[in-house]
Amino acid sequence: MIPTVYYLILSTILFTLGVIGVMVRRNGLVVFMSIELMLNAVNLSFVAFARKLGAVDGHIFVFFVMAIAAAEAAVGLALIIALFRHRTTVQVDEANVLKG
Amino acid sequence: MVEFLFFAFAAVAVVSAVSLIWQRNPVASAISLVVTLACQAGLFVLLEAHFAATMQILVYTGAIMVLFVFVIMLLNLQDHELGAPRYRPFKFVGGALALVSAALVAVTILKTDAAKATPVAENFGTIEAVGLELFSTYLFPFEVLSLVLTAAIAGAVILGKRDL
Repeated sequence: MIPTVYYLILSTILFTLGVIGVMVRRNGLVVFMSIELMLNAVNLSFVAFARKLGAVDGHIFVFFVMAIAAAEAAVGLALIIALFRHRTTVQVDEANVLKG
Repeated sequence: MVEFLFFAFAAVAVVSAVSLIWQRNPVASAISLVVTLACQAGLFVLLEAHFAATMQILVYTGAIMVLFVFVIMLLNLQDHELGAPRYRPFKFVGGALALVSAALVAVTILKTDAAKATPVAENFGTIEAVGLELFSTYLFPFEVLSLVLTAAIAGAVILGKRDL
C-alpha cells in the first residue's frame, strides 16, 4: 500500500508544472492544456483522500471537476478560435485591447 | 508490484507534464497531456477508484483531448504564427514563485499525519457505489451541472459564430 503522502506530493508536482505552464507559455492552446493539468492534479488528491478516508465522495467530486473541465474546454477553445479569426494569432499576450 | 506501478506511472506522468510545457508544437503538447492523463487513470486504479479511472479515459483522454486536437488541426498553425521564443524577467519571477509555493505546500503535506489508509468495502469505487451516492446525496449538484453544461454549449455556439 502506497502512503497517501506520495500521491499528494505527486499531485503538488503536477499542479506546479501546470502553474509554470500558465506563467511561462504564451500559446493560448498550451495555456489551456496547462489548466487541464492543474485540474487533474487536484483530481488525483481528491481520489487519494477518498481512498484514505474510505469515503466515495471524493470520486463524485472528480466527476464534477471533469464535467466543469469539459465545459471550460468547450468555451475556451471557442474563444481561441474567435481570437484566431480576428487577429490571426493564438498568442495570448497579443490580445491586449478590449475593443474589437 | 503496486510500488513499481506507482513509481512508473508517477515518473511517466511528471516527464510528460514537463514535455507538455516544453514542446513548441501544440500537437506534441497535446500528446504529452494525453500520456499524463492516461498515467493518472492508472494511478486511480491503484487507489481503487475504478469508475473515476474509466471516466478519466473516456471523458478526458477521449472526448476533451479530441476537442483540443481537433482545434489544433482546424487552426493549422504555421511556424511563424507560433511566435519567436521570448524571454522576459516576468516569466522567471512567475516560475520561481510557483516553485516556492509548491515547496511550501510540500512541507505542509510532509508534516501531516501519515496514518495508514482505512480498509475499504468490497465495492468501493465501483459504478454501483459511486452511482448510489451521486443520485441520492449529490442529486441537486448533479442537476445543476446539467445547466452548466447547457450554458457552456450555448456559449460555445455563440462564440463560434462568424460575425461575432
